[in-house]
Amino acid sequence: MPRLVSHPDEVIVLKRRFGQDATNIDRYIALDGYAAVQKAIAQGAEAMPGWIIDTMKASGLRGRGGAGFPTGMKWSFVPKTSAKPKYVLVNGDESEPGTCKDHVLFREDPHAIIEGAMIAGLAIGAKMGFIYLRGEYRYLLNIMERAVADAYARGFLGKNIFGSGIDFDIITQTGAGAYEVGEESALMESLEGKRGVPRIRPPFPAVVGLYGGPTIINNAETIANVPHILLMGGEAYARLGTERNGGTRLFGISGHVERPGVYELPMGYPLRKAIYEVAGGIRGGKELKAVVPGGASCPVLRADEIDIGLDFDQLAKAGSMLGSGGIVVLDETVSIVEFALRIIKFYQHESCGWCIPCREGTDWIKKTLTRVYEGGGAQKDIDTVQYIAENMMGRTFCPFGDAAAMPTLGFVKKFRKEFEEYIEGTKAGTPVMTKEHDLVEIL
Amino acid sequence: MSTIANSIFSPELAARFDKLATIYPVKRSALVPMLLYAQDEVGYVSEAVIQEVAQRLDLTDLDVRSVLSYYSMLRTKPAGKFNVQVCTNISCMLRGGYEILDHCKRRLGIENKQTTADGQFSLEEVECIGDCCAAPAMQVNYDFHDELTTAKVDEILNEYAAKDGK
Repeated sequence: MPRLVSHPDEVIVLKRRFGQDATNIDRYIALDGYAAVQKAIAQGAEAMPGWIIDTMKASGLRGRGGAGFPTGMKWSFVPKTSAKPKYVLVNGDESEPGTCKDHVLFREDPHAIIEGAMIAGLAIGAKMGFIYLRGEYRYLLNIMERAVADAYARGFLGKNIFGSGIDFDIITQTGAGAYEVGEESALMESLEGKRGVPRIRPPFPAVVGLYGGPTIINNAETIANVPHILLMGGEAYARLGTERNGGTRLFGISGHVERPGVYELPMGYPLRKAIYEVAGGIRGGKELKAVVPGGASCPVLRADEIDIGLDFDQLAKAGSMLGSGGIVVLDETVSIVEFALRIIKFYQHESCGWCIPCREGTDWIKKTLTRVYEGGGAQKDIDTVQYIAENMMGRTFCPFGDAAAMPTLGFVKKFRKEFEEYIEGTKAGTPVMTKEHDLVEIL
Repeated sequence: MSTIANSIFSPELAARFDKLATIYPVKRSALVPMLLYAQDEVGYVSEAVIQEVAQRLDLTDLDVRSVLSYYSMLRTKPAGKFNVQVCTNISCMLRGGYEILDHCKRRLGIENKQTTADGQFSLEEVECIGDCCAAPAMQVNYDFHDELTTAKVDEILNEYAAKDGK
C-alpha cells in the first residue's frame, strides 16, 4: 500500500485526518467528523439544498476523477422533483494507470466519503447512495463496509439522519476488474449487474442515471472534499487554489522520482517543483525526459514543458490534461517507443469493444507499434499510428477512445524523432520488455 | 436456512447471498459482487456457480455468462491457491515491474496465466492495480505487496509456500 508521505509545501485539507486512525468512528468524530452534515441540516429543510449547492459552487471544486467538471454545477443539474428515486454514486473504481490517491483516501478516511455522500444526497434529495470500489481494492472495501456499519450503528445512516426527518442509506459495491467501469455510465451499467458498456448521452446521469433515476456520480476524492468545504466555507476552499480551480488535490507522483507518494498540493502548484522538490527529484540524479501529468490518458509533456501550474486550465492550454492527478515521471533511460506501446497495450486490453473506432483503433495502433518495437517498422508507420489515433478522436460514445488516442498522439508528435531513430536502428532508451512479454495478447 | 434448496455455497455465504439479493432497488445489481464472492469461495466461477447465481437473481444462465466474460477478475477455470498478480503498467514498469514478472516466472517455473503443477501458485500479468506510488507492486489474491525487489519477492513467495504447509 502507498505509504504516507509529507512535504512542507503541502496544503492540508483532505489529508487532515490521515495517519490518525480516522477509520475508527470515534476518532473521526473527534476530528470534526459528521459535523459538516449536521451544519448542513442546521440550515433548515427549506434552505439546506440551496445552501449546500451554493457552497459547492463557491468552492470552485472540480471533479477529481479526471474531467474536471465543476461539482456544484453538476449537482445543480439534478431536477428538484422526480418521479423516480434519485441516487448518489461514489466512483471509487480508481483504475487510471499512475493513480493511487483514492486508495490512500479509502484507507485513511473512509467516513469522509460516507459523510460527503450523505451531504450530496441532502443537496439533491436522494435517499440512497452507492460507494463503488474496484474489485482489486478488497481490503479497502472491508474498511469501507466497516465504516458504513459503524455509521449505521450510531444512527448516522438509515432513518431520520441527525433528526432531519430525512432517510439516507449507503450500499457498498465491488467491481471485478474493468478499467472502463470507471467511466460514469459504464459504472452505472456495472452497478445494475451488466457488462460495463457506456450509455449514450444525453440524457446525462443528472437526469437519467442509475435505475433510470436522476443521479450524481462523483469521484471518491471529490466526495471526500465536500465535508471539508462545508466546514471551512466555499470561498476559503476556493482561495487555496487558482482561478476557476478551487482548493487542493491529491497528486500521486510515481515513476523515476526519489520520493514517490500521494501529496496534497494546492491547485496550480508548479509541476517542476512537484517533481524536483516535493518528490525529491529524478532518481539516481538522472535527467528528466518526460512527464505524464495526470494518468496514462494524458498527453505527455517533454522535459522543457514542465514550467506549468498544476490546474485543469493550464494543463489544457498546454495540450494535455490534469486528469486524475497521477504524475508519472520518466527519466532519460526510457524508450518512448516502448512506453507508448505499453500504454496502448493497456487500452487495447481494456476497450469494451462497443465502438468500432476504439476497438479497432487501439488494436491496430498496438499492432503497428509492436512491429516498430520489434524492429520491423517503416517510417510510414509513424504516420499510420498518428492517422489511426486522429480518427479515433471524438468518434466514440465514451471518452475511452480519446483517452487511448491522446497519449498516442502526444508521443508520436512530441517524440517523432525518437520514433524515426528507433526505426532507423539508432535506438533511444533502454527497453525493459522482451518478446516473451506477450505483446500479442491472448484474449 | 438459505432461500435456495441445496445451495452449493457454505451456509455463511448462502446467507450472505440471501441478503445481498434484497438490498438493491433492482435485484440484478447483486450479480457482479455475487460472482466475485462465489469465486472467492469456490476458486472459480463454475457451471454450478453460474446456475445458482442465475437462480438467485432470476436471470438466465446466459445473462450471467454475458456479464462474467466482461470482468477480468472473474475466471471460469481454477487458479492456484495463491494467485500472484504482477503489475507491469507504466508506474510499475518504470521501477522494475517486468523484472519482477520475469523473476516470478523463473521462480515458480510457470508462464503468464499458468498454474504450478501442485496447484499452489498461479501467475498473472495484470494492468494497474492502484499502488503506483509504491511501485513495483503485485497482489497475491487480495493482498498487496509493493516496493518489490527480487529478494523481497522470494521472501513473500516463501511465506505463502510455508503457509500452505500448515
